[in-house]
Amino acid sequence: MRARVAHIASNTFREAVRDRVLYNLIAFAVLLSGAAILVGQISIDIEKLVVINLGLTAVSLFGLVIAIFIGIGLVSKEIEKRTLYTVLSRPVRRWEFIVGKFFGLAGTLVVNTFFMAIGVFAALFYVSHKFVRADALILVALYFIVLEFLIICSLALLFSSFSSPLLSAVFAFSLFVIGSFAEDLRGFAGMAHGFTRWLATGAAYLVPNFSAFNVIGSVAHEQPVAAQLIWHNTLYALFYAAMVLSGAVLIFEHRNLK
Amino acid sequence: MKQRRTTSVIASACLLLSLVASVALLRHTDQLRPQSTLDEVLYVSSPKALKRASLGYDGLLADIYWTRAVQYFGFRHHNQATSFNLLAPLLEITTQLDPHLVVAYEFGANFVAPAPPNGAGQPDRAIRLMEFGIQNNHDNWKLYYDLGFVYYMTLHDYKKASEAFDRGSRVPNAHPFLRLLAAQMAEHAGDFNTARMMWSATYQNNQDQLIRQNAMEHLRALRVDEDVMNLQQAVTRFGERTGRLPASAAELANAEGLPGIPLDPDRHPYKLTPEGRVEVRVPDDFPFATRGLPPGYKPQPKFHSQER
Repeated sequence: MRARVAHIASNTFREAVRDRVLYNLIAFAVLLSGAAILVGQISIDIEKLVVINLGLTAVSLFGLVIAIFIGIGLVSKEIEKRTLYTVLSRPVRRWEFIVGKFFGLAGTLVVNTFFMAIGVFAALFYVSHKFVRADALILVALYFIVLEFLIICSLALLFSSFSSPLLSAVFAFSLFVIGSFAEDLRGFAGMAHGFTRWLATGAAYLVPNFSAFNVIGSVAHEQPVAAQLIWHNTLYALFYAAMVLSGAVLIFEHRNLK
Repeated sequence: MKQRRTTSVIASACLLLSLVASVALLRHTDQLRPQSTLDEVLYVSSPKALKRASLGYDGLLADIYWTRAVQYFGFRHHNQATSFNLLAPLLEITTQLDPHLVVAYEFGANFVAPAPPNGAGQPDRAIRLMEFGIQNNHDNWKLYYDLGFVYYMTLHDYKKASEAFDRGSRVPNAHPFLRLLAAQMAEHAGDFNTARMMWSATYQNNQDQLIRQNAMEHLRALRVDEDVMNLQQAVTRFGERTGRLPASAAELANAEGLPGIPLDPDRHPYKLTPEGRVEVRVPDDFPFATRGLPPGYKPQPKFHSQER
Protein backbone atom coordinates (compact mmCIF):
# COMPACT_ATOMS: atom_id res chain seq x y z
CA MET A 1 0.00 0.00 0.00
CA ARG A 2 2.71 2.44 1.02
CA ALA A 3 4.70 1.61 -2.10
CA ARG A 4 1.70 2.29 -4.34
CA VAL A 5 1.03 5.67 -2.73
CA ALA A 6 4.72 6.55 -2.99
CA HIS A 7 4.73 5.52 -6.64
CA ILE A 8 1.74 7.70 -7.51
CA ALA A 9 3.27 10.57 -5.51
CA SER A 10 6.59 10.35 -7.34
CA ASN A 11 4.81 10.19 -10.70
CA THR A 12 2.73 13.23 -9.80
CA PHE A 13 5.87 15.07 -8.71
CA ARG A 14 7.66 14.15 -11.95
CA GLU A 15 4.69 15.22 -14.04
CA ALA A 16 4.38 18.52 -12.17
CA VAL A 17 8.04 19.47 -12.51
CA ARG A 18 7.80 18.87 -16.24
CA ASP A 19 5.13 21.55 -16.47
CA ARG A 20 6.55 24.68 -18.08
CA VAL A 21 4.06 26.93 -16.30
CA LEU A 22 5.61 25.88 -13.02
CA TYR A 23 9.03 27.15 -14.04
CA ASN A 24 7.56 30.40 -15.27
CA LEU A 25 5.88 30.96 -11.94
CA ILE A 26 8.99 30.10 -9.92
CA ALA A 27 11.11 32.34 -12.13
CA PHE A 28 8.60 35.13 -11.67
CA ALA A 29 8.58 34.72 -7.89
CA VAL A 30 12.38 34.76 -7.74
CA LEU A 31 12.38 37.80 -10.03
CA LEU A 32 9.92 39.54 -7.71
CA SER A 33 12.17 38.80 -4.74
CA GLY A 34 15.01 40.37 -6.70
CA ALA A 35 12.80 43.32 -7.58
CA ALA A 36 12.26 43.79 -3.86
CA ILE A 37 15.81 45.16 -3.78
CA LEU A 38 14.83 47.92 -6.20
CA VAL A 39 11.54 48.61 -4.44
CA GLY A 40 13.41 48.65 -1.12
CA GLN A 41 15.68 51.40 -2.38
CA ILE A 42 12.76 53.78 -2.94
CA SER A 43 11.13 52.81 0.36
CA ILE A 44 12.94 55.14 2.71
CA ASP A 45 14.46 53.41 5.78
CA ILE A 46 12.64 50.14 5.32
CA GLU A 47 14.69 48.38 2.63
CA LYS A 48 15.07 45.16 4.59
CA LEU A 49 11.43 45.22 5.65
CA VAL A 50 10.32 45.54 2.02
CA VAL A 51 12.59 42.71 0.90
CA ILE A 52 11.12 40.39 3.54
CA ASN A 53 7.51 41.49 3.05
CA LEU A 54 7.60 41.44 -0.74
CA GLY A 55 9.73 38.29 -0.95
CA LEU A 56 7.57 36.22 1.39
CA THR A 57 4.35 37.56 -0.13
CA ALA A 58 5.63 36.51 -3.57
CA VAL A 59 6.48 33.03 -2.27
CA SER A 60 3.06 32.72 -0.70
CA LEU A 61 1.01 34.06 -3.62
CA PHE A 62 2.90 32.22 -6.36
CA GLY A 63 2.85 29.03 -4.34
CA LEU A 64 -0.88 29.48 -3.95
CA VAL A 65 -1.31 29.90 -7.71
CA ILE A 66 0.89 26.84 -8.36
CA ALA A 67 -1.03 24.77 -5.78
CA ILE A 68 -4.38 25.69 -7.28
CA PHE A 69 -3.46 25.40 -10.94
CA ILE A 70 -1.68 22.09 -10.62
CA GLY A 71 -4.04 20.71 -7.96
CA ILE A 72 -7.24 21.31 -9.93
CA GLY A 73 -6.07 19.19 -12.85
CA LEU A 74 -4.75 16.29 -10.84
CA VAL A 75 -7.86 14.14 -11.07
CA SER A 76 -9.87 15.71 -13.87
CA LYS A 77 -6.91 15.63 -16.29
CA GLU A 78 -6.40 11.94 -15.57
CA ILE A 79 -10.07 11.31 -16.37
CA GLU A 80 -9.92 13.47 -19.49
CA LYS A 81 -6.81 11.71 -20.79
CA ARG A 82 -8.27 8.37 -19.71
CA THR A 83 -5.02 7.50 -17.94
CA LEU A 84 -6.98 7.10 -14.71
CA TYR A 85 -8.55 3.90 -16.04
CA THR A 86 -5.13 2.42 -16.69
CA VAL A 87 -4.06 3.26 -13.14
CA LEU A 88 -7.22 1.96 -11.52
CA SER A 89 -7.20 -1.23 -13.59
CA ARG A 90 -4.07 -2.16 -11.64
CA PRO A 91 -4.21 -3.12 -7.98
CA VAL A 92 -4.49 0.51 -6.92
CA ARG A 93 -7.30 1.58 -4.61
CA ARG A 94 -9.02 4.89 -5.36
CA TRP A 95 -8.05 6.38 -1.99
CA GLU A 96 -4.42 5.47 -2.67
CA PHE A 97 -4.64 7.41 -5.91
CA ILE A 98 -5.96 10.53 -4.12
CA VAL A 99 -3.46 10.33 -1.26
CA GLY A 100 -0.58 9.71 -3.70
CA LYS A 101 -1.63 12.72 -5.75
CA PHE A 102 -1.73 14.85 -2.62
CA PHE A 103 1.78 13.87 -1.53
CA GLY A 104 3.11 14.38 -5.05
CA LEU A 105 1.70 17.89 -5.22
CA ALA A 106 2.80 18.70 -1.66
CA GLY A 107 6.32 17.54 -2.53
CA THR A 108 6.33 19.74 -5.61
CA LEU A 109 5.32 22.73 -3.55
CA VAL A 110 7.94 22.08 -0.87
CA VAL A 111 10.65 21.95 -3.55
CA ASN A 112 9.27 25.12 -5.20
CA THR A 113 9.19 26.93 -1.89
CA PHE A 114 12.79 25.90 -1.27
CA PHE A 115 13.91 27.49 -4.54
CA MET A 116 11.82 30.61 -4.02
CA ALA A 117 13.20 30.90 -0.47
CA ILE A 118 16.74 30.87 -1.88
CA GLY A 119 15.68 33.89 -3.97
CA VAL A 120 14.37 35.69 -0.87
CA PHE A 121 17.51 34.99 1.17
CA ALA A 122 19.75 36.04 -1.73
CA ALA A 123 17.85 39.36 -1.99
CA LEU A 124 18.10 39.80 1.77
CA PHE A 125 21.82 39.16 1.75
CA TYR A 126 22.26 41.65 -1.08
CA VAL A 127 20.50 44.35 0.95
CA SER A 128 21.93 43.61 4.42
CA HIS A 129 25.35 42.19 3.38
CA LYS A 130 25.05 39.75 6.28
CA PHE A 131 22.59 37.49 8.03
CA VAL A 132 21.60 38.04 11.64
CA ARG A 133 20.07 35.58 14.08
CA ALA A 134 16.61 37.17 13.66
CA ASP A 135 16.66 36.28 9.95
CA ALA A 136 16.13 32.67 11.00
CA LEU A 137 12.56 33.72 11.82
CA ILE A 138 11.96 33.93 8.08
CA LEU A 139 12.24 30.15 8.05
CA VAL A 140 9.27 29.98 10.43
CA ALA A 141 7.24 32.20 8.09
CA LEU A 142 8.24 29.94 5.18
CA TYR A 143 7.24 26.87 7.18
CA PHE A 144 3.80 28.40 7.82
CA ILE A 145 3.50 29.18 4.11
CA VAL A 146 4.20 25.50 3.34
CA LEU A 147 1.50 24.51 5.86
CA GLU A 148 -0.90 26.83 4.04
CA PHE A 149 0.01 25.09 0.78
CA LEU A 150 -0.87 21.71 2.29
CA ILE A 151 -4.37 22.94 3.01
CA ILE A 152 -4.73 24.55 -0.41
CA CYS A 153 -3.45 21.36 -2.09
CA SER A 154 -6.02 19.26 -0.32
CA LEU A 155 -8.80 21.71 -1.23
CA ALA A 156 -7.77 21.81 -4.89
CA LEU A 157 -7.72 18.02 -4.89
CA LEU A 158 -11.14 17.84 -3.25
CA PHE A 159 -12.70 20.08 -5.89
CA SER A 160 -10.81 18.30 -8.64
CA SER A 161 -12.34 15.01 -7.54
CA PHE A 162 -15.86 16.04 -8.55
CA SER A 163 -15.69 19.26 -10.58
CA SER A 164 -14.25 20.74 -13.76
CA PRO A 165 -10.81 22.43 -13.59
CA LEU A 166 -12.29 25.92 -14.03
CA LEU A 167 -14.85 25.54 -11.28
CA SER A 168 -12.28 23.85 -9.03
CA ALA A 169 -9.99 26.86 -9.42
CA VAL A 170 -12.83 29.24 -8.58
CA PHE A 171 -13.85 27.18 -5.53
CA ALA A 172 -10.30 26.80 -4.23
CA PHE A 173 -9.44 30.46 -4.63
CA SER A 174 -12.75 31.52 -3.07
CA LEU A 175 -12.04 29.33 -0.07
CA PHE A 176 -8.63 30.92 0.25
CA VAL A 177 -10.25 34.37 0.32
CA ILE A 178 -12.95 33.25 2.77
CA GLY A 179 -10.28 31.55 4.88
CA SER A 180 -8.45 34.87 5.13
CA PHE A 181 -11.65 36.33 6.61
CA ALA A 182 -12.27 33.39 8.97
CA GLU A 183 -11.62 35.46 12.08
CA ASP A 184 -14.10 38.12 10.92
CA LEU A 185 -16.62 35.37 10.32
CA ARG A 186 -16.11 34.21 13.90
CA GLY A 187 -16.53 37.80 15.10
CA PHE A 188 -19.76 38.03 13.12
CA ALA A 189 -20.95 34.76 14.69
CA GLY A 190 -20.25 36.21 18.13
CA MET A 191 -22.54 39.15 17.41
CA ALA A 192 -25.35 37.12 15.81
CA HIS A 193 -28.19 35.36 17.65
CA GLY A 194 -30.18 32.15 17.32
CA PHE A 195 -29.91 30.08 14.17
CA THR A 196 -27.70 32.64 12.38
CA ARG A 197 -25.19 32.34 15.20
CA TRP A 198 -25.04 28.56 14.83
CA LEU A 199 -24.75 28.83 11.08
CA ALA A 200 -22.03 31.49 11.18
CA THR A 201 -20.07 29.64 13.89
CA GLY A 202 -20.28 26.43 11.87
CA ALA A 203 -19.09 28.16 8.73
CA ALA A 204 -16.29 29.93 10.60
CA TYR A 205 -14.92 26.63 11.89
CA LEU A 206 -15.48 24.78 8.63
CA VAL A 207 -13.54 27.14 6.36
CA PRO A 208 -9.76 27.05 6.69
CA ASN A 209 -8.36 29.72 8.99
CA PHE A 210 -5.38 31.19 7.17
CA SER A 211 -4.89 34.28 9.32
CA ALA A 212 -2.93 32.38 12.01
CA PHE A 213 -0.46 31.22 9.36
CA ASN A 214 0.46 34.71 8.28
CA VAL A 215 3.41 35.86 10.38
CA ILE A 216 5.18 37.73 7.57
CA GLY A 217 4.57 41.12 9.19
CA SER A 218 5.87 40.17 12.62
CA VAL A 219 8.85 38.25 11.20
CA ALA A 220 9.76 41.32 9.14
CA HIS A 221 9.92 43.27 12.42
CA GLU A 222 12.09 40.54 13.96
CA GLN A 223 9.40 39.63 16.47
CA PRO A 224 9.69 36.03 17.69
CA VAL A 225 6.98 33.50 16.88
CA ALA A 226 5.67 31.52 19.87
CA ALA A 227 6.66 27.85 19.83
CA GLN A 228 3.09 27.02 20.79
CA LEU A 229 1.80 28.72 17.65
CA ILE A 230 4.17 26.61 15.55
CA TRP A 231 2.76 23.45 17.13
CA HIS A 232 -0.84 24.57 16.87
CA ASN A 233 -0.49 25.58 13.23
CA THR A 234 1.31 22.34 12.35
CA LEU A 235 -1.40 20.21 13.94
CA TYR A 236 -4.20 22.36 12.53
CA ALA A 237 -2.81 22.13 8.98
CA LEU A 238 -2.35 18.36 9.27
CA PHE A 239 -5.83 17.77 10.69
CA TYR A 240 -7.48 20.12 8.22
CA ALA A 241 -5.69 18.62 5.21
CA ALA A 242 -6.56 15.12 6.50
CA MET A 243 -10.21 16.16 6.85
CA VAL A 244 -10.40 17.58 3.31
CA LEU A 245 -8.51 14.62 1.85
CA SER A 246 -10.95 12.25 3.56
CA GLY A 247 -13.77 14.20 1.91
CA ALA A 248 -12.02 13.91 -1.45
CA VAL A 249 -11.56 10.16 -0.94
CA LEU A 250 -15.22 9.75 0.00
CA ILE A 251 -16.40 11.59 -3.10
CA PHE A 252 -13.95 9.85 -5.40
CA GLU A 253 -14.79 6.42 -4.00
CA HIS A 254 -18.46 6.91 -4.86
CA ARG A 255 -17.92 8.66 -8.16
CA ASN A 256 -19.15 6.88 -11.22
CA LEU A 257 -16.20 6.89 -13.60
CA LYS A 258 -17.92 5.10 -16.46
CA MET B 1 9.66 33.56 -47.16
CA LYS B 2 10.47 37.03 -48.49
CA GLN B 3 6.90 38.14 -47.88
CA ARG B 4 7.07 36.98 -44.25
CA ARG B 5 10.29 38.87 -43.72
CA THR B 6 8.74 42.04 -45.16
CA THR B 7 5.76 41.66 -42.83
CA SER B 8 8.10 41.18 -39.85
CA VAL B 9 10.09 44.30 -40.71
CA ILE B 10 6.94 46.39 -41.16
CA ALA B 11 5.42 45.05 -37.91
CA SER B 12 8.65 45.77 -35.99
CA ALA B 13 8.80 49.29 -37.39
CA CYS B 14 5.13 49.87 -36.48
CA LEU B 15 5.75 48.55 -32.98
CA LEU B 16 8.71 50.87 -32.39
CA LEU B 17 6.96 53.86 -33.92
CA SER B 18 3.80 53.33 -31.87
CA LEU B 19 5.84 52.90 -28.70
CA VAL B 20 7.77 56.12 -29.27
CA ALA B 21 4.56 57.97 -30.19
CA SER B 22 2.66 56.76 -27.12
CA VAL B 23 5.53 57.65 -24.77
CA ALA B 24 5.85 61.09 -26.35
CA LEU B 25 2.09 61.65 -26.07
CA LEU B 26 2.07 60.59 -22.41
CA ARG B 27 4.90 62.98 -21.61
CA HIS B 28 3.02 65.76 -23.36
CA THR B 29 -0.16 64.90 -21.44
CA ASP B 30 1.79 65.01 -18.16
CA GLN B 31 2.89 68.54 -19.02
CA LEU B 32 -0.71 69.53 -19.69
CA ARG B 33 -1.78 68.18 -16.29
CA PRO B 34 1.11 68.90 -13.91
CA GLN B 35 -1.08 68.40 -10.83
CA SER B 36 -2.63 65.12 -11.88
CA THR B 37 -5.70 64.02 -9.96
CA LEU B 38 -3.95 60.85 -8.80
CA ASP B 39 -1.83 62.94 -6.51
CA GLU B 40 -4.74 63.97 -4.32
CA VAL B 41 -6.83 60.84 -4.43
CA LEU B 42 -7.21 58.23 -1.74
CA TYR B 43 -9.51 55.61 -3.21
CA VAL B 44 -9.91 53.62 -0.01
CA SER B 45 -9.65 55.81 3.04
CA SER B 46 -10.58 53.22 5.65
CA PRO B 47 -7.52 51.47 7.11
CA LYS B 48 -9.73 48.65 8.37
CA ALA B 49 -11.20 48.02 4.91
CA LEU B 50 -7.69 47.97 3.44
CA LYS B 51 -6.46 45.58 6.10
CA ARG B 52 -9.29 43.19 5.23
CA ALA B 53 -8.70 43.55 1.52
CA SER B 54 -5.00 42.74 1.92
CA LEU B 55 -5.91 39.08 2.61
CA GLY B 56 -3.29 38.92 5.33
CA TYR B 57 -0.52 40.54 3.29
CA ASP B 58 -0.90 43.78 5.26
CA GLY B 59 2.84 44.17 5.82
CA LEU B 60 3.48 44.60 2.12
CA LEU B 61 0.52 46.97 1.76
CA ALA B 62 1.88 49.05 4.66
CA ASP B 63 5.24 49.34 2.89
CA ILE B 64 3.46 50.50 -0.27
CA TYR B 65 1.47 53.13 1.64
CA TRP B 66 4.58 54.30 3.50
CA THR B 67 6.40 54.79 0.21
CA ARG B 68 3.37 56.63 -1.13
CA ALA B 69 3.26 58.92 1.93
CA VAL B 70 6.93 59.86 1.58
CA GLN B 71 6.60 60.41 -2.15
CA TYR B 72 3.44 62.46 -1.67
CA PHE B 73 5.08 64.78 0.85
CA GLY B 74 8.42 64.94 -0.98
CA PHE B 75 6.80 65.70 -4.34
CA ARG B 76 4.45 68.37 -3.00
CA HIS B 77 7.12 69.93 -0.81
CA HIS B 78 9.47 70.06 -3.78
CA ASN B 79 6.74 71.80 -5.80
CA GLN B 80 6.22 74.28 -2.95
CA ALA B 81 2.66 73.14 -2.29
CA THR B 82 0.94 74.75 0.66
CA SER B 83 -1.38 71.89 1.62
CA PHE B 84 -0.69 68.28 2.50
CA ASN B 85 -4.22 67.01 3.05
CA LEU B 86 -3.41 63.36 2.32
CA LEU B 87 -0.32 63.08 4.51
CA ALA B 88 -2.13 62.30 7.77
CA PRO B 89 -4.56 59.75 6.23
CA LEU B 90 -1.72 58.04 4.36
CA LEU B 91 0.31 57.70 7.54
CA GLU B 92 -2.74 56.56 9.51
CA ILE B 93 -3.41 53.83 6.95
CA THR B 94 0.27 52.83 6.95
CA THR B 95 0.42 52.50 10.72
CA GLN B 96 -2.92 50.70 10.98
CA LEU B 97 -1.66 48.17 8.46
CA ASP B 98 1.67 47.83 10.23
CA PRO B 99 1.52 49.28 13.76
CA HIS B 100 5.24 48.54 14.29
CA LEU B 101 6.50 50.73 11.44
CA VAL B 102 8.16 53.26 13.77
CA VAL B 103 9.63 55.37 10.96
CA ALA B 104 6.09 56.33 9.87
CA TYR B 105 5.29 57.76 13.32
CA GLU B 106 8.54 59.73 13.32
CA PHE B 107 7.69 61.14 9.91
CA GLY B 108 4.24 62.08 11.18
CA ALA B 109 5.64 63.93 14.20
CA ASN B 110 7.89 65.98 11.94
CA PHE B 111 5.58 66.74 9.03
CA VAL B 112 1.91 66.32 10.05
CA ALA B 113 2.01 68.76 12.96
CA PRO B 114 3.86 71.87 11.65
CA ALA B 115 1.80 74.54 9.94
CA PRO B 116 1.91 74.81 6.13
CA PRO B 117 4.09 75.18 4.11
CA ASN B 118 6.36 73.03 6.28
CA GLY B 119 3.76 70.44 7.19
CA ALA B 120 0.09 69.54 7.10
CA GLY B 121 -0.79 71.80 10.05
CA GLN B 122 -2.70 69.07 11.89
CA PRO B 123 -1.09 68.73 15.34
CA ASP B 124 -4.13 66.93 16.78
CA ARG B 125 -3.83 64.16 14.19
CA ALA B 126 -0.08 64.02 14.76
CA ILE B 127 -0.68 63.51 18.48
CA ARG B 128 -3.31 60.82 17.81
CA LEU B 129 -0.82 59.10 15.50
CA MET B 130 1.91 59.22 18.15
CA GLU B 131 -0.41 57.91 20.88
CA PHE B 132 -1.41 55.05 18.58
CA GLY B 133 2.27 54.35 18.00
CA ILE B 134 3.01 54.36 21.74
CA GLN B 135 0.04 52.05 22.36
CA ASN B 136 1.49 49.52 19.91
CA ASN B 137 5.20 50.06 20.67
CA HIS B 138 5.15 51.10 24.32
CA ASP B 139 8.82 50.16 24.86
CA ASN B 140 10.12 52.47 22.11
CA TRP B 141 11.41 55.69 23.74
CA LYS B 142 11.69 57.48 20.39
CA LEU B 143 7.90 57.67 20.10
CA TYR B 144 7.58 59.43 23.47
CA TYR B 145 10.27 61.83 22.33
CA ASP B 146 8.35 62.49 19.11
CA LEU B 147 5.14 63.09 21.05
CA GLY B 148 6.89 65.58 23.33
CA PHE B 149 8.45 67.13 20.25
CA VAL B 150 5.00 67.87 18.75
CA TYR B 151 3.78 69.39 22.03
CA TYR B 152 6.93 71.49 22.34
CA MET B 153 7.54 72.65 18.79
CA THR B 154 4.06 73.06 17.35
CA LEU B 155 1.68 73.52 20.26
CA HIS B 156 4.18 75.13 22.67
CA ASP B 157 2.49 73.14 25.42
CA TYR B 158 5.54 72.69 27.61
CA LYS B 159 3.68 70.91 30.40
CA LYS B 160 2.40 68.20 28.08
CA ALA B 161 5.83 68.00 26.42
CA SER B 162 7.44 67.51 29.82
CA GLU B 163 4.92 64.75 30.62
CA ALA B 164 5.66 62.95 27.35
CA PHE B 165 9.43 63.10 27.93
CA ASP B 166 8.92 61.93 31.50
CA ARG B 167 6.83 58.95 30.33
CA GLY B 168 9.52 58.12 27.79
CA SER B 169 12.32 58.34 30.34
CA ARG B 170 10.71 55.48 32.29
CA VAL B 171 10.88 53.09 29.33
CA PRO B 172 13.64 50.49 29.69
CA ASN B 173 16.78 51.48 27.73
CA ALA B 174 15.44 54.99 27.13
CA HIS B 175 17.99 57.58 26.05
CA PRO B 176 19.21 59.56 29.12
CA PHE B 177 18.46 62.91 27.49
CA LEU B 178 14.71 62.28 27.87
CA ARG B 179 15.01 62.78 31.64
CA LEU B 180 17.04 65.93 30.98
CA LEU B 181 14.46 67.21 28.50
CA ALA B 182 11.62 66.56 30.94
CA ALA B 183 13.42 68.69 33.54
CA GLN B 184 14.47 71.32 30.99
CA MET B 185 10.85 71.84 29.90
CA ALA B 186 9.87 72.93 33.39
CA GLU B 187 12.51 75.67 33.67
CA HIS B 188 13.78 76.73 30.25
CA ALA B 189 11.02 75.69 27.87
CA GLY B 190 11.28 78.60 25.44
CA ASP B 191 15.02 79.20 25.25
CA PHE B 192 17.36 78.60 22.34
CA ASN B 193 19.43 75.92 24.03
CA THR B 194 16.41 73.71 24.68
CA ALA B 195 15.20 74.08 21.09
CA ARG B 196 18.72 73.38 19.82
CA MET B 197 18.93 70.28 21.99
CA MET B 198 15.60 69.02 20.59
CA TRP B 199 16.51 69.54 16.95
CA SER B 200 20.00 68.08 17.43
CA ALA B 201 18.44 64.99 19.02
CA THR B 202 16.01 64.70 16.10
CA TYR B 203 18.88 65.02 13.64
CA GLN B 204 21.05 62.45 15.39
CA ASN B 205 18.36 59.86 16.08
CA ASN B 206 16.81 59.65 12.64
CA GLN B 207 17.94 58.04 9.43
CA ASP B 208 15.20 59.51 7.26
CA GLN B 209 16.69 62.10 4.88
CA LEU B 210 13.68 64.43 4.94
CA ILE B 211 13.49 64.43 8.73
CA ARG B 212 17.24 65.07 9.02
CA GLN B 213 17.15 67.89 6.46
CA ASN B 214 14.19 69.44 8.28
CA ALA B 215 16.09 69.28 11.59
CA MET B 216 19.18 70.77 9.94
CA GLU B 217 17.15 73.71 8.55
CA HIS B 218 15.72 74.38 12.00
CA LEU B 219 19.19 74.28 13.58
CA ARG B 220 20.42 76.82 11.02
CA ALA B 221 17.38 78.99 11.63
CA LEU B 222 17.90 78.83 15.40
CA ARG B 223 21.44 80.13 14.99
CA VAL B 224 20.19 82.99 12.85
CA ASP B 225 17.46 83.83 15.39
CA GLU B 226 19.95 83.85 18.25
CA ASP B 227 22.57 85.86 16.31
CA VAL B 228 20.01 88.46 15.20
CA MET B 229 18.62 88.76 18.72
CA ASN B 230 22.12 89.36 20.14
CA LEU B 231 23.05 91.83 17.39
CA GLN B 232 19.77 93.69 17.81
CA GLN B 233 20.52 94.05 21.54
CA ALA B 234 23.97 95.36 20.57
CA VAL B 235 22.30 97.96 18.31
CA THR B 236 20.11 99.07 21.22
CA ARG B 237 23.16 99.31 23.52
CA PHE B 238 25.00 101.35 20.84
CA GLY B 239 22.02 103.74 20.57
CA GLU B 240 21.84 104.16 24.33
CA ARG B 241 25.58 104.91 24.48
CA THR B 242 25.89 107.26 21.48
CA GLY B 243 22.39 108.57 20.91
CA ARG B 244 22.40 107.41 17.27
CA LEU B 245 22.23 104.22 15.23
CA PRO B 246 25.46 102.57 14.04
CA ALA B 247 26.29 103.63 10.46
CA SER B 248 27.26 100.10 9.41
CA ALA B 249 27.59 96.53 10.67
CA ALA B 250 31.35 97.09 10.79
CA GLU B 251 30.94 100.06 13.16
CA LEU B 252 28.66 97.97 15.37
CA ALA B 253 31.15 95.11 15.44
CA ASN B 254 33.93 97.52 16.27
CA ALA B 255 31.94 99.11 19.10
CA GLU B 256 31.14 95.66 20.57
CA GLY B 257 34.77 94.57 20.30
CA LEU B 258 33.98 91.77 17.86
CA PRO B 259 36.77 90.48 15.53
CA GLY B 260 34.66 91.19 12.44
CA ILE B 261 31.11 91.46 11.12
CA PRO B 262 29.25 88.38 12.42
CA LEU B 263 28.48 85.76 9.76
CA ASP B 264 25.34 83.72 9.28
CA PRO B 265 25.53 79.88 8.92
CA ASP B 266 26.19 80.33 5.18
CA ARG B 267 29.19 82.58 5.96
CA HIS B 268 27.39 85.71 4.69
CA PRO B 269 27.82 88.79 6.90
CA TYR B 270 24.65 90.05 8.57
CA LYS B 271 23.54 93.41 7.21
CA LEU B 272 22.37 96.45 9.14
CA THR B 273 19.56 98.52 7.58
CA PRO B 274 19.47 102.34 7.88
CA GLU B 275 16.55 101.86 10.32
CA GLY B 276 18.85 99.84 12.61
CA ARG B 277 17.39 96.42 11.80
CA VAL B 278 19.73 93.42 11.58
CA GLU B 279 18.90 91.18 8.61
CA VAL B 280 20.28 88.13 6.83
CA ARG B 281 21.60 88.62 3.28
CA VAL B 282 19.60 85.76 1.67
CA PRO B 283 16.36 85.19 3.60
CA ASP B 284 15.35 82.30 1.29
CA ASP B 285 18.24 80.28 2.71
CA PHE B 286 16.65 80.27 6.18
CA PRO B 287 13.00 79.29 5.69
CA PHE B 288 12.42 78.63 9.40
CA ALA B 289 14.07 81.77 10.76
CA THR B 290 11.76 84.08 12.67
CA ARG B 291 14.17 87.03 13.05
CA GLY B 292 16.42 88.95 10.69
CA LEU B 293 13.94 88.86 7.81
CA PRO B 294 12.86 91.88 5.73
CA PRO B 295 9.42 93.28 6.69
CA GLY B 296 6.59 91.43 4.91
CA TYR B 297 8.87 88.62 3.78
CA LYS B 298 7.11 85.28 3.18
CA PRO B 299 9.39 82.24 3.61
CA GLN B 300 9.57 79.63 0.86
CA PRO B 301 9.74 75.97 2.01
CA LYS B 302 13.15 74.71 0.97
CA PHE B 303 15.68 72.17 2.20
CA HIS B 304 19.43 72.53 1.78
CA SER B 305 21.86 69.65 1.54
CA GLN B 306 23.06 68.34 4.90
CA GLU B 307 26.71 68.95 4.14
CA ARG B 308 26.29 72.69 4.48
